[in-house]
Amino acid sequence: MNHYPMWKNVLVIAVIVIGAFFAMPNLYDKDAAVQVSAGRYGKVDLELMSQVESALKAQSVDYIGAELQGDRLLVRLADATTQLKAKEVLDDTIEGDYTIALNLASTTPGWLSGMGAEAMNLGLDLRGGVHFLMDVDMDAAIKKALEGLASEFRGLLRDDKIRYKKIQTEANQVVISFRTSEHRDKALEKIDSEYNDLEIEAVEIGATPSLAISLTEVTIRETKTTALQQNIITLRNRINELGVAEPTVQQQGDSRIVVQLPGVQDTAQAKKILGGTATLEFRLVDFEHDVQDALKGRVPANSKLYYHRDGRPYLLQKRVMLTGDHIINSGSTLDAETGTPTVSVTLDGKGARIFSKVTGDNVGNPMAVVLIESKTETREVDGIATKVKRVDAKIISVATIRDQLSKKFQITGLDSGAEASELALLLRAGALAAPIEIVEERTVGPSLGQDNIDKGFQSVMIGFAFVLVFMVIWYRVFGAVANIALAANLILIVALLSLLQATLTLPGIAGIVLTVGMAVDANVLIFERIREELRVGNSPQASIDAGYSKAFSTIADANITTLIAAIVLFGFGTGSIKGFAVTLSLGILTSMFTAIMGTRAVVNGIYGGKHRPKLSI
Amino acid sequence: MQILNKKTDFNFMSKRKIAAVFSVLLLLASIGSLVTQGLNFGIDFTGGTMIEIAYQEQAKLDTIRTTLEQNGYGDAIVQNFGSIHDVLIRLPVLETENMAELSNEIVATLQSGHESKIDVRRVEFVGPQVGEELTEQGGLAMLYALIGILIYVSLRFEYRFAIGSVVALIHDVVLTLGFFSILQLEFDLTVLAAILAIIGYSLNDTIVVFDRIRETFLKMRKGTSEEIVNRALNDTLSRTLMTSFTTLLVVTSLFIFGGEVIHAFSIALLLGIVIGTYSSIYIASNAVLSMGVSKADLLPAEKEGDQDINEDGSQV
Repeated sequence: MNHYPMWKNVLVIAVIVIGAFFAMPNLYDKDAAVQVSAGRYGKVDLELMSQVESALKAQSVDYIGAELQGDRLLVRLADATTQLKAKEVLDDTIEGDYTIALNLASTTPGWLSGMGAEAMNLGLDLRGGVHFLMDVDMDAAIKKALEGLASEFRGLLRDDKIRYKKIQTEANQVVISFRTSEHRDKALEKIDSEYNDLEIEAVEIGATPSLAISLTEVTIRETKTTALQQNIITLRNRINELGVAEPTVQQQGDSRIVVQLPGVQDTAQAKKILGGTATLEFRLVDFEHDVQDALKGRVPANSKLYYHRDGRPYLLQKRVMLTGDHIINSGSTLDAETGTPTVSVTLDGKGARIFSKVTGDNVGNPMAVVLIESKTETREVDGIATKVKRVDAKIISVATIRDQLSKKFQITGLDSGAEASELALLLRAGALAAPIEIVEERTVGPSLGQDNIDKGFQSVMIGFAFVLVFMVIWYRVFGAVANIALAANLILIVALLSLLQATLTLPGIAGIVLTVGMAVDANVLIFERIREELRVGNSPQASIDAGYSKAFSTIADANITTLIAAIVLFGFGTGSIKGFAVTLSLGILTSMFTAIMGTRAVVNGIYGGKHRPKLSI
Repeated sequence: MQILNKKTDFNFMSKRKIAAVFSVLLLLASIGSLVTQGLNFGIDFTGGTMIEIAYQEQAKLDTIRTTLEQNGYGDAIVQNFGSIHDVLIRLPVLETENMAELSNEIVATLQSGHESKIDVRRVEFVGPQVGEELTEQGGLAMLYALIGILIYVSLRFEYRFAIGSVVALIHDVVLTLGFFSILQLEFDLTVLAAILAIIGYSLNDTIVVFDRIRETFLKMRKGTSEEIVNRALNDTLSRTLMTSFTTLLVVTSLFIFGGEVIHAFSIALLLGIVIGTYSSIYIASNAVLSMGVSKADLLPAEKEGDQDINEDGSQV
C-alpha cells in the first residue's frame, strides 16, 4: 500500500494554494497611467486632483479614474495613446513643483495586495525603456580631491603667512615649492597638524625645497566611494527632474552605475541631462596683472587664463570664491529689463556666508562666473580602448561687484532659454562628483516590448501544450498526473517571482520554457523506473514505491549539477542573463517539489488504497 | 504508449570507436574553423551600436544605406530583421564619434529624410571597454561552471566519471561554438547564456546515465565492463529519448514563436540538446569505459554490506 502521511498531503496542497494566491495578481492587466508627484515645494492633495481632472476634461481626454496614493496622484487611462495625450495636457497645465511621468497602475484588487500579493515586475525588454550603464571617472574624482586640497593649502599658508612659491596638483599628489627650507619645514608642521589623513614628504625638486603631499590608500578608497555615492544621489535627483516613474539607480562593481528608466523614449534628452556635468565657479578677476603678458606665456603663479564665450581672454584668480556645490535651488527666467535668459540662484547657509564675506571685501572689483563642463569618452585608438578627457571652462559673465551679495542672486550671459533651463536643472539637482560616461545602452521601444510579451507568452503556452499532449499520450494517467505537476510548477515559479518582486525579462521567459522541458525529466525518470519494475514482475504498489525511491538520487544529482551551472550564470550575468539564471534556478527547485512530492501525492491518492491496481502508465 | 516496451538491447559500445573518430573529426573541424575564421561576435563582445527600426511601409534598404553613407556612417551594416518593415543597423566602434550619442544622431538622420514616422524598436550600444570585460568574464564563467561541476561529480561519483562528464561538456561546448563559427552565425550574450544552459542540460543527461552505470556495475554479477555500460545505456534509453524530445519540443516552440531576438539563443539550445544527448552516450560513457572503470572502483569503501544496499544490490 502506498500512503502518504497526512502532513505531506496537506503540505503539497498548502504550498500550491499559497502559490496560486501569490501568482494570482499576475492575471490582472496593468492600466496605463500618468503619475503626478510633488517635489520639495509641491503638495499632492484633493485640490491638485480636481485641478488635474478638470484639465483632462477641458481637453476631453477620457480617463478611467484618478486616485491619491500616498505622495502621488495616479490617473488611469484606457491605452497608451491617451496616456501620452494626458501627459502632454498635464505637462502644459500643471504649474509648480510637480513631476509628471508615465507609469503603469496595478489593477490587483485591494484584498490581494493588502495581503502582500503583487504582480511581478516586467523588465525593460518587456515594457520598453532605457537601460544605461555608466562608468564613473575615478581619476577625475581623485584629481578633484587633490585640487580641493591645493586650494585649502593656499588659504592655510596665506592665513599663517608662510611664503611659498607654487602649489601644483600632479597626477596623484600636490606639490608645494618654497624658497627656503625653513618655510618648507614650517609649512610641513602646519599641514601635518591640520590633516591626519595625508602622506606628506619633504623633497628637493632640483634645488627647490618642496613638499609632496599625497592621499593615503584609505582616503583614496573613501574618495572613490563618496564619489560613487554622490553620483548616485545626483543621478536620482536628475531623474526626478526628468519625470520618470519607478527608475532604478544602482551601484554595479566599484565604479559603475546602472540606471534604468522604464517608459522613457527620448533617450537623447536623457543622456544629455544624466551625463551633464555643467557646474559653476565664481572667481575674482586678477586685475593686477596684464592679460597681454599672460597671453605671451607669462601667467602669474596664482592666476589662470580663461576665455569668455565671446573669445576675450581674462586672468582669473586660481582661488575659487565659491563652487556650484553650495547652490541649493535655481530656476531659469527671463531678465525683466533686458529680456535675456537668466538663472536665479539660491545658496546654502555656508555658501551664503562665504559669498557675502568675499563680495563684501571686494566691492568695486570684477568677478567672473565660469561654466565648467567636463566630458570623458572612451574611444578605440589603434584597437585599444582609451579614455579621452575634455574639460571645457568658459566665462559666461564678468561683472563688477556693486554690493555685498549673499543668499540669492542672478546670473546672466546664457545663450538661450533652453541653456538657462538646463543649467538651472543641473544646478538644482546637484553636480556630479566625477564625470560619468555611458558605456552601455539598451533601449527597447514600447512596440517591441509588447511584441516580446506576446511572443514570450505564446512560446511558453505552445511549448507547454505540446508537452502536455505528449505526456498524456505516452504515460496515460501518470502523464496526466505529471501534467498537473507541471502546471503547479508554473504557478509556483510565477508565485516565487512575484513574492521576490523579481523582474521578468525575455531571457527569463526562456528560462521558464527550458524549465518546463526539464521539469518533465524528473517524472520521465520516475515513470520509466516504474515501468521497469513492472516489467520484471513486481507488484504495482511495490513498483510505484521503488520507482520513486530509485529515481530520487538520480533526479537530485542531475538537478544539483544544473543548479551549479545556473548559479555560475547568475554570478557572471548582467541584467538579462541574470533573469534567465533566476527563473532556471527557481524552476529547478520548484520542479523537484512538484515532480516528486506533488505527483507522488496524487499517484498515492489514485492508486495507493487499491490492492492490485492496474496502472495506466 | 510504449514504443520501447521490450527491453532494448542495442550494443552501443560496439560502435564506440567509430563514434570517437566521428567526434574527433567534428571537433577538429570546429577547432579549425574557430582558429581560422573565429566567431562572429555580436556587439555585446566587440562593442558597437545596433539599432532596430520599424518603417510603416516596406523599408528601402538602399535608400537607408545611401543616407547613412552621405552622412558619414559608411561603416554601417543595414539589413532586414524579421520582416520587410524592420531594419537592423549595426555600427562598429568608431574612433571619431562619441559612441553613446551615435544612435540618436543616426535616428535623427534617418527620420529627417523620411515623411512617415519611424519607430525605434531597439537600441543597443556597448562601449569597447564593456565588450572586452564581457569576453573575459564569459570565458571565466564557462571555466567556473566546469570546475564547479568537476568538483561536484568527483564528490558524488568517482574521479573517472568526473573526467568523463567534463570531457563530454567540453565536447558539447566546442561543437556548438564550432557550429556558430562555421556558419558564421552571430554570437551574442544570449548565445553564451544558451551554452551555459547546455552545459547544465548535457550534464543532467550524463549524470542520469552515470548513475545507472554505477548501479548496474553493482547489480550485475557477470559481464564485462562494456556489457555493463551497454545494459545501463539501454535501461536509460527510453528516458533519454523522452526527455530530449520534450525539451526539444519546447525549445522548438521558442525557436518558432519566440521572436527574432532569441533566435540565436534557441538555435544554440536546439543544437546543444542534440549534441548533449549524443555525448552522454558516446563521449561520457565512452571516456569512462576507456579509463577502465571496474566494479571494484565503485564499491563504497567503508559501506560494504551497508543496509543502504537493497536486496537486489541496487543503491538508493
